[in-house]
Amino acid sequence: MNILVIIPAYNEEKSLPGVIRDLQDHVPQADILVVNDGSKDRTETVARDLGVMVLGLPFNLGIGGAMQTGYRYAEQKGYDSAIQFDGDGQHVASEIKALCEGLQQGSADIIVGSRFLRPGEYRPSFFRMLGIWIFSTVLSAILGMRVTDTTSGFRAANRRVIEFFARNYPEDYPEVESLVLLHRAGMNIGEVPVVMRDRTGGRSSITPIRSAYYMVKVLLAVFIDLLKK
Amino acid sequence: MDIVKILAIAGSATLLFLVLELIRRGRLKERYSLLWLFSSVVLLILSLSRSLLEFFSKLIGIYYPPSLLFLIAFIFLLLITLHFSAVISGLSDKNKRLAQEVALLRHSLDELSRRHGSAQDGP
Repeated sequence: MNILVIIPAYNEEKSLPGVIRDLQDHVPQADILVVNDGSKDRTETVARDLGVMVLGLPFNLGIGGAMQTGYRYAEQKGYDSAIQFDGDGQHVASEIKALCEGLQQGSADIIVGSRFLRPGEYRPSFFRMLGIWIFSTVLSAILGMRVTDTTSGFRAANRRVIEFFARNYPEDYPEVESLVLLHRAGMNIGEVPVVMRDRTGGRSSITPIRSAYYMVKVLLAVFIDLLKK
Repeated sequence: MDIVKILAIAGSATLLFLVLELIRRGRLKERYSLLWLFSSVVLLILSLSRSLLEFFSKLIGIYYPPSLLFLIAFIFLLLITLHFSAVISGLSDKNKRLAQEVALLRHSLDELSRRHGSAQDGP
Protein backbone atom coordinates (compact mmCIF):
# COMPACT_ATOMS: atom_id res chain seq x y z
CA MET A 1 0.00 0.00 0.00
CA ASN A 2 1.54 3.31 -0.98
CA ILE A 3 0.74 6.18 1.35
CA LEU A 4 1.04 9.92 0.84
CA VAL A 5 1.17 12.22 3.85
CA ILE A 6 -0.17 15.65 2.85
CA ILE A 7 0.99 18.61 4.96
CA PRO A 8 -0.57 21.94 4.01
CA ALA A 9 1.76 24.63 5.34
CA TYR A 10 1.31 28.37 5.70
CA ASN A 11 4.21 30.11 7.48
CA GLU A 12 5.34 26.97 9.29
CA GLU A 13 9.15 27.25 8.90
CA LYS A 14 9.64 26.83 12.65
CA SER A 15 7.53 23.76 13.25
CA LEU A 16 8.02 21.97 9.92
CA PRO A 17 11.46 20.37 10.67
CA GLY A 18 10.12 18.71 13.83
CA VAL A 19 6.94 17.55 12.08
CA ILE A 20 8.84 15.98 9.18
CA ARG A 21 11.45 14.32 11.39
CA ASP A 22 8.60 12.85 13.44
CA LEU A 23 7.00 11.48 10.26
CA GLN A 24 10.26 10.09 8.85
CA ASP A 25 10.92 8.31 12.15
CA HIS A 26 7.49 6.76 12.56
CA VAL A 27 6.17 6.21 9.02
CA PRO A 28 9.29 5.65 6.88
CA GLN A 29 7.24 3.78 4.26
CA ALA A 30 5.10 6.84 3.44
CA ASP A 31 5.88 9.61 0.95
CA ILE A 32 5.69 13.10 2.43
CA LEU A 33 4.28 16.04 0.50
CA VAL A 34 4.34 19.61 1.79
CA VAL A 35 1.91 21.98 0.08
CA ASN A 36 3.27 25.48 0.60
CA ASP A 37 0.21 27.72 0.62
CA GLY A 38 1.90 30.94 -0.46
CA SER A 39 3.85 31.35 2.78
CA LYS A 40 5.60 34.63 3.50
CA ASP A 41 8.44 32.91 5.36
CA ARG A 42 10.97 30.26 4.26
CA THR A 43 8.54 27.33 4.51
CA GLU A 44 9.26 26.15 0.97
CA THR A 45 13.07 26.25 1.29
CA VAL A 46 12.93 24.58 4.70
CA ALA A 47 10.77 21.77 3.30
CA ARG A 48 13.01 21.25 0.27
CA ASP A 49 16.11 21.11 2.47
CA LEU A 50 14.43 18.39 4.52
CA GLY A 51 14.26 16.28 1.37
CA VAL A 52 10.47 15.96 1.07
CA MET A 53 8.32 16.66 -1.96
CA VAL A 54 7.03 20.22 -2.15
CA LEU A 55 4.20 21.76 -4.13
CA GLY A 56 4.36 25.55 -4.13
CA LEU A 57 1.13 27.44 -4.69
CA PRO A 58 1.67 30.79 -6.41
CA PHE A 59 -0.45 32.57 -3.78
CA ASN A 60 -2.40 31.78 -0.62
CA LEU A 61 -5.49 29.67 -1.30
CA GLY A 62 -6.45 28.86 2.27
CA ILE A 63 -6.44 25.47 3.95
CA GLY A 64 -9.09 23.92 1.70
CA GLY A 65 -7.45 24.87 -1.58
CA ALA A 66 -4.04 23.76 -0.31
CA MET A 67 -5.30 20.41 0.95
CA GLN A 68 -7.09 19.78 -2.32
CA THR A 69 -3.82 20.39 -4.20
CA GLY A 70 -2.36 17.51 -2.20
CA TYR A 71 -5.32 15.30 -3.02
CA ARG A 72 -5.01 16.14 -6.71
CA TYR A 73 -1.36 15.10 -6.54
CA ALA A 74 -2.29 11.85 -4.79
CA GLU A 75 -4.91 11.22 -7.45
CA GLN A 76 -2.49 11.86 -10.35
CA LYS A 77 0.25 9.68 -8.90
CA GLY A 78 -2.08 6.81 -8.04
CA TYR A 79 -1.67 6.69 -4.26
CA ASP A 80 -3.87 4.16 -2.44
CA SER A 81 -4.27 6.27 0.67
CA ALA A 82 -3.61 9.79 1.84
CA ILE A 83 -3.04 11.10 5.35
CA GLN A 84 -3.92 14.69 6.20
CA PHE A 85 -1.36 15.98 8.67
CA ASP A 86 -1.01 19.46 10.16
CA GLY A 87 2.23 21.37 9.73
CA ASP A 88 2.02 23.01 13.15
CA GLY A 89 3.04 19.97 15.17
CA GLN A 90 -0.25 19.18 16.89
CA HIS A 91 -0.60 15.80 15.17
CA VAL A 92 1.47 12.86 16.35
CA ALA A 93 3.12 10.77 13.63
CA SER A 94 3.05 7.53 15.63
CA GLU A 95 -0.77 7.71 15.62
CA ILE A 96 -0.86 7.32 11.83
CA LYS A 97 -0.57 3.57 12.38
CA ALA A 98 -3.95 3.59 14.12
CA LEU A 99 -5.55 5.53 11.25
CA CYS A 100 -4.12 3.16 8.62
CA GLU A 101 -5.26 0.10 10.53
CA GLY A 102 -8.74 1.56 10.65
CA LEU A 103 -8.63 2.10 6.92
CA GLN A 104 -7.35 -1.42 6.24
CA GLN A 105 -10.28 -2.96 8.02
CA GLY A 106 -12.19 -1.78 4.97
CA SER A 107 -15.45 -0.73 6.60
CA ALA A 108 -14.74 3.00 6.24
CA ASP A 109 -13.48 5.12 3.33
CA ILE A 110 -12.13 7.81 5.62
CA ILE A 111 -10.83 7.48 9.18
CA VAL A 112 -10.86 10.57 11.38
CA GLY A 113 -8.48 10.79 14.32
CA SER A 114 -10.57 11.88 17.31
CA ARG A 115 -9.31 13.56 20.47
CA PHE A 116 -12.50 12.83 22.35
CA LEU A 117 -12.95 9.08 22.12
CA ARG A 118 -10.75 8.50 25.15
CA PRO A 119 -12.54 10.48 27.83
CA GLY A 120 -10.63 12.70 30.17
CA GLU A 121 -7.48 13.10 28.10
CA TYR A 122 -8.36 16.44 26.54
CA ARG A 123 -9.86 19.27 28.57
CA PRO A 124 -10.93 22.24 26.46
CA SER A 125 -12.41 25.48 27.80
CA PHE A 126 -16.16 25.77 28.39
CA PHE A 127 -16.91 27.62 25.14
CA ARG A 128 -14.80 25.26 23.10
CA MET A 129 -16.60 22.38 24.74
CA LEU A 130 -19.94 23.95 23.82
CA GLY A 131 -18.86 24.43 20.21
CA ILE A 132 -17.55 20.89 19.99
CA TRP A 133 -20.80 19.57 21.45
CA ILE A 134 -22.96 21.54 18.97
CA PHE A 135 -20.90 20.42 15.99
CA SER A 136 -20.86 16.81 17.02
CA THR A 137 -24.61 16.76 17.75
CA VAL A 138 -25.54 18.38 14.42
CA LEU A 139 -23.12 16.27 12.42
CA SER A 140 -24.11 13.05 14.16
CA ALA A 141 -27.73 13.74 13.23
CA ILE A 142 -26.88 14.46 9.60
CA LEU A 143 -24.50 11.53 9.16
CA GLY A 144 -26.70 9.09 11.04
CA MET A 145 -23.75 7.96 13.17
CA ARG A 146 -21.90 9.22 16.20
CA VAL A 147 -18.98 11.51 15.38
CA THR A 148 -17.05 13.10 18.21
CA ASP A 149 -14.25 15.18 16.65
CA THR A 150 -15.76 16.91 13.62
CA THR A 151 -13.05 19.56 13.28
CA SER A 152 -10.15 17.12 13.36
CA GLY A 153 -7.76 17.66 10.46
CA PHE A 154 -5.96 14.38 11.18
CA ARG A 155 -7.50 11.90 8.76
CA ALA A 156 -6.70 8.98 6.50
CA ALA A 157 -8.48 8.60 3.16
CA ASN A 158 -8.67 5.66 0.78
CA ARG A 159 -8.48 5.83 -3.02
CA ARG A 160 -12.23 6.49 -3.41
CA VAL A 161 -12.04 9.52 -1.14
CA ILE A 162 -8.81 10.72 -2.80
CA GLU A 163 -10.59 10.76 -6.16
CA PHE A 164 -13.62 12.49 -4.63
CA PHE A 165 -11.59 15.16 -2.80
CA ALA A 166 -9.51 15.86 -5.91
CA ARG A 167 -12.74 17.12 -7.46
CA ASN A 168 -14.73 18.46 -4.49
CA TYR A 169 -13.15 19.97 -1.44
CA PRO A 170 -14.70 22.79 0.59
CA GLU A 171 -12.67 25.96 0.96
CA ASP A 172 -12.77 27.94 4.17
CA TYR A 173 -13.30 25.54 7.08
CA PRO A 174 -13.24 22.25 5.25
CA GLU A 175 -13.11 19.56 7.93
CA VAL A 176 -16.75 19.68 9.02
CA GLU A 177 -18.19 20.35 5.58
CA SER A 178 -16.17 17.66 3.87
CA LEU A 179 -17.69 15.02 6.17
CA VAL A 180 -21.16 16.04 5.00
CA LEU A 181 -20.08 15.96 1.34
CA LEU A 182 -18.55 12.51 1.78
CA HIS A 183 -21.66 11.21 3.48
CA ARG A 184 -23.83 12.51 0.65
CA ALA A 185 -21.52 10.86 -1.87
CA GLY A 186 -22.20 7.55 -0.13
CA MET A 187 -18.84 7.15 1.61
CA ASN A 188 -18.43 5.59 5.02
CA ILE A 189 -16.81 7.56 7.83
CA GLY A 190 -14.99 6.05 10.78
CA GLU A 191 -13.28 7.43 13.87
CA VAL A 192 -10.37 6.16 15.91
CA PRO A 193 -9.05 7.64 19.16
CA VAL A 194 -5.79 9.58 18.87
CA VAL A 195 -3.67 11.79 21.08
CA MET A 196 -2.82 15.30 19.92
CA ARG A 197 -0.20 17.75 21.15
CA ASP A 198 -0.43 21.44 21.84
CA ARG A 199 0.94 23.52 19.00
CA THR A 200 4.74 23.73 18.78
CA GLY A 201 5.00 26.94 16.76
CA GLY A 202 3.10 29.43 14.64
CA ARG A 203 -0.42 30.55 15.42
CA SER A 204 -3.73 28.76 15.01
CA SER A 205 -5.92 30.16 12.26
CA ILE A 206 -8.78 30.13 14.77
CA THR A 207 -8.60 32.92 17.37
CA PRO A 208 -11.13 33.08 20.25
CA ILE A 209 -12.88 36.10 18.69
CA ARG A 210 -13.41 34.28 15.43
CA SER A 211 -14.78 31.15 17.06
CA ALA A 212 -18.40 32.25 17.18
CA TYR A 213 -18.25 33.49 13.61
CA TYR A 214 -16.58 30.24 12.62
CA MET A 215 -19.37 28.19 14.18
CA VAL A 216 -22.16 30.10 12.50
CA LYS A 217 -20.41 30.04 9.14
CA VAL A 218 -19.67 26.33 9.24
CA LEU A 219 -23.19 25.41 10.33
CA LEU A 220 -24.59 27.60 7.56
CA ALA A 221 -22.28 25.97 5.02
CA VAL A 222 -23.34 22.54 6.23
CA PHE A 223 -27.01 23.37 5.83
CA ILE A 224 -26.38 24.83 2.37
CA ASP A 225 -24.56 21.62 1.43
CA LEU A 226 -27.66 19.71 2.41
CA LEU A 227 -29.73 21.88 0.05
CA LYS A 228 -27.37 21.45 -2.88
CA LYS A 229 -28.17 18.91 -5.51
CA MET B 1 -41.05 70.37 -18.63
CA ASP B 2 -40.29 70.04 -14.92
CA ILE B 3 -36.83 69.75 -13.44
CA VAL B 4 -37.36 66.16 -12.26
CA LYS B 5 -38.04 65.09 -15.83
CA ILE B 6 -35.00 66.90 -17.21
CA LEU B 7 -32.79 65.37 -14.52
CA ALA B 8 -34.20 61.91 -15.13
CA ILE B 9 -33.67 62.14 -18.88
CA ALA B 10 -30.16 63.52 -18.48
CA GLY B 11 -29.29 60.84 -15.93
CA SER B 12 -30.51 57.85 -17.87
CA ALA B 13 -29.16 59.20 -21.18
CA THR B 14 -25.73 59.65 -19.57
CA LEU B 15 -25.86 56.12 -18.20
CA LEU B 16 -26.79 54.71 -21.62
CA PHE B 17 -24.02 56.73 -23.28
CA LEU B 18 -21.44 55.52 -20.74
CA VAL B 19 -22.46 51.88 -21.17
CA LEU B 20 -22.34 52.12 -24.97
CA GLU B 21 -18.99 53.89 -24.86
CA LEU B 22 -17.48 51.23 -22.58
CA ILE B 23 -18.71 48.48 -24.89
CA ARG B 24 -17.43 50.33 -27.95
CA ARG B 25 -13.96 50.67 -26.42
CA GLY B 26 -13.96 47.01 -25.46
CA ARG B 27 -13.74 47.85 -21.72
CA LEU B 28 -17.03 46.07 -20.98
CA LYS B 29 -17.76 42.63 -22.36
CA GLU B 30 -21.16 42.27 -24.01
CA ARG B 31 -21.93 39.38 -21.69
CA TYR B 32 -21.75 41.67 -18.66
CA SER B 33 -23.31 44.69 -20.32
CA LEU B 34 -26.74 43.28 -21.19
CA LEU B 35 -28.31 44.08 -17.83
CA TRP B 36 -26.77 47.56 -17.89
CA LEU B 37 -28.01 48.27 -21.41
CA PHE B 38 -31.47 46.99 -20.66
CA SER B 39 -31.79 48.96 -17.42
CA SER B 40 -30.58 52.25 -18.92
CA VAL B 41 -32.92 51.91 -21.92
CA VAL B 42 -35.92 51.19 -19.67
CA LEU B 43 -35.06 54.16 -17.43
CA LEU B 44 -34.65 56.44 -20.45
CA ILE B 45 -38.00 55.43 -21.96
CA LEU B 46 -39.83 55.97 -18.69
CA SER B 47 -38.10 59.34 -18.18
CA LEU B 48 -39.10 60.51 -21.66
CA SER B 49 -42.73 59.46 -21.51
CA ARG B 50 -44.59 60.91 -18.55
CA SER B 51 -47.81 59.07 -19.51
CA LEU B 52 -46.10 55.66 -19.55
CA LEU B 53 -44.51 56.42 -16.17
CA GLU B 54 -47.88 57.46 -14.73
CA PHE B 55 -49.58 54.40 -16.16
CA PHE B 56 -47.14 51.99 -14.47
CA SER B 57 -47.13 53.96 -11.19
CA LYS B 58 -50.94 53.81 -10.96
CA LEU B 59 -50.82 50.12 -11.81
CA ILE B 60 -48.80 49.31 -8.68
CA GLY B 61 -50.15 52.14 -6.52
CA ILE B 62 -47.26 54.63 -6.46
CA TYR B 63 -48.51 58.20 -5.83
CA TYR B 64 -45.46 60.10 -6.95
CA PRO B 65 -44.57 58.71 -10.42
CA PRO B 66 -40.84 59.65 -10.48
CA SER B 67 -40.24 57.38 -7.48
CA LEU B 68 -41.03 54.50 -9.83
CA LEU B 69 -37.74 55.37 -11.53
CA PHE B 70 -35.92 54.88 -8.23
CA LEU B 71 -37.66 51.57 -7.68
CA ILE B 72 -36.71 50.30 -11.12
CA ALA B 73 -33.13 51.51 -10.80
CA PHE B 74 -32.89 49.83 -7.40
CA ILE B 75 -34.21 46.51 -8.71
CA PHE B 76 -31.77 46.57 -11.61
CA LEU B 77 -28.88 47.33 -9.27
CA LEU B 78 -29.85 44.37 -7.10
CA LEU B 79 -29.95 42.10 -10.12
CA ILE B 80 -26.64 43.40 -11.43
CA THR B 81 -24.80 42.93 -8.12
CA LEU B 82 -26.29 39.46 -7.71
CA HIS B 83 -25.12 38.62 -11.20
CA PHE B 84 -21.64 39.87 -10.32
CA SER B 85 -21.54 37.77 -7.16
CA ALA B 86 -22.29 34.70 -9.25
CA VAL B 87 -19.65 35.67 -11.81
CA ILE B 88 -17.05 36.29 -9.08
CA SER B 89 -17.81 32.92 -7.48
CA GLY B 90 -17.17 31.20 -10.78
CA LEU B 91 -13.98 33.19 -11.35
CA SER B 92 -12.58 32.46 -7.90
CA ASP B 93 -13.18 28.76 -8.48
CA LYS B 94 -11.31 28.90 -11.78
CA ASN B 95 -8.59 30.96 -10.13
CA LYS B 96 -8.15 28.29 -7.45
CA ARG B 97 -7.93 25.51 -10.00
CA LEU B 98 -5.36 27.46 -12.01
CA ALA B 99 -3.20 28.01 -8.92
CA GLN B 100 -3.35 24.29 -8.10
CA GLU B 101 -2.49 23.42 -11.68
CA VAL B 102 0.50 25.79 -11.58
CA ALA B 103 1.80 24.11 -8.42
CA LEU B 104 1.39 20.62 -9.89
CA LEU B 105 2.95 21.58 -13.23
CA ARG B 106 5.90 23.34 -11.59
CA HIS B 107 6.53 20.23 -9.54
CA SER B 108 6.59 17.93 -12.57
CA LEU B 109 8.73 20.45 -14.43
CA ASP B 110 11.27 20.43 -11.58
CA GLU B 111 11.24 16.64 -11.56
CA LEU B 112 11.74 16.47 -15.32
CA SER B 113 14.58 18.96 -15.44
CA ARG B 114 16.31 17.26 -12.52
CA ARG B 115 16.19 13.92 -14.32
CA HIS B 116 17.24 15.52 -17.58
CA GLY B 117 19.99 17.53 -15.90
CA SER B 118 21.57 14.48 -14.21
CA ALA B 119 21.53 12.56 -17.51
CA GLN B 120 23.30 15.41 -19.27
CA ASP B 121 26.01 15.95 -16.67
CA GLY B 122 28.70 14.42 -18.92
CA PRO B 123 29.21 17.06 -21.63
